[in-house]
Amino acid sequence: MITDKTTLWIVIVLLGLGTYLIRFSFLGLIGNRTLPDWVLRHLRYVAVAVLPGLIAPLVVWPQATGGHLDPARLAAAFIAFGIGIFSKNTVASIIGGMIALYGMQFLLG
Amino acid sequence: MPQTNPKSVFWSGFRAGSPFILVVVPFALLFGVIATKAGLNIVETMSMTFLVIAGAAQFTAISLMQEHAPTFIVLLTALAVNLRMAMYSAALVPHLGRAPFFVRVLMAYFMVDQAFAVAFQKYEASPEMTVNQKVLYYFGSLLPIIPLWYIFSYVGAVAGATIPPEYSLDFAIPITFIALTAPAMRSLPHFIAALVSVAATLALIWVPYNLGLIIAAFLAMIAGAQVEQWLARRAT
Repeated sequence: MITDKTTLWIVIVLLGLGTYLIRFSFLGLIGNRTLPDWVLRHLRYVAVAVLPGLIAPLVVWPQATGGHLDPARLAAAFIAFGIGIFSKNTVASIIGGMIALYGMQFLLG
Repeated sequence: MPQTNPKSVFWSGFRAGSPFILVVVPFALLFGVIATKAGLNIVETMSMTFLVIAGAAQFTAISLMQEHAPTFIVLLTALAVNLRMAMYSAALVPHLGRAPFFVRVLMAYFMVDQAFAVAFQKYEASPEMTVNQKVLYYFGSLLPIIPLWYIFSYVGAVAGATIPPEYSLDFAIPITFIALTAPAMRSLPHFIAALVSVAATLALIWVPYNLGLIIAAFLAMIAGAQVEQWLARRAT
């Protein structure tokens, strides 16, 4: 639970502001100058560099099971990943993953 | 382009954006539910939705705040997730850079993945479009996306309070992120970057202040860029 409301509001406001500035950057201010190739090459991988790392500990050591590896959650994660890779469909992957989680929890008791 | 009537340009943007309704509605609902489950009230949830309008970054921030990560790390990580938008912003300059300043101010606020994907593809395919038509098309493509993002975040936030814990919604965050990144595994470099990210984060879990994630992200970006260059050299 997020209980520290001061921190929460700081994050909401600064994240909103920072995100806006990122969106505004080139279109609003920098104009026609282009980024150097090596910067673009690294920027291409920002999303796949941050998001998998963010969730890996949540999958391997879930809080809901007291930080112990949970076969149901691990299997659901792999199933969601498989559906996402093959169907390229985000919504199908979320729904498939959650169904797999409920199914595994039911089977494993 | 065949239609020169401003209205029809706007509505052709609307049609191009409308398939994303299927993505935005469940995603917004889920954000509302997760935010509520994390302890945010309606005002807080909706403030975040209105100020940030970037689902992945919002999930990131919520998830890290739940782990009591330091504020600085929460912001750094969530903003890193949004850095891709600097690329969108740069890519739109040749097409929209000559629009009036206040229009660009507004377009920047609404610059979401789906609108960028739809509009940029259209601009590249139709170089004869005027700046005005491009602006209309952009806002047309936003119309089926943005209002639904607000409305269904709200519905999710209201509904979230009534969902009991048996539904394991704690795990909806990781599942959502997996679902967001899996389709991005377009190429070997993307896949390697994701793999390095996972391995390095798990190996660096002992590093304080969730800094392991930031280090892992840097390593993963370098890995992706290196593999890309290696593949390019091999191809020539």
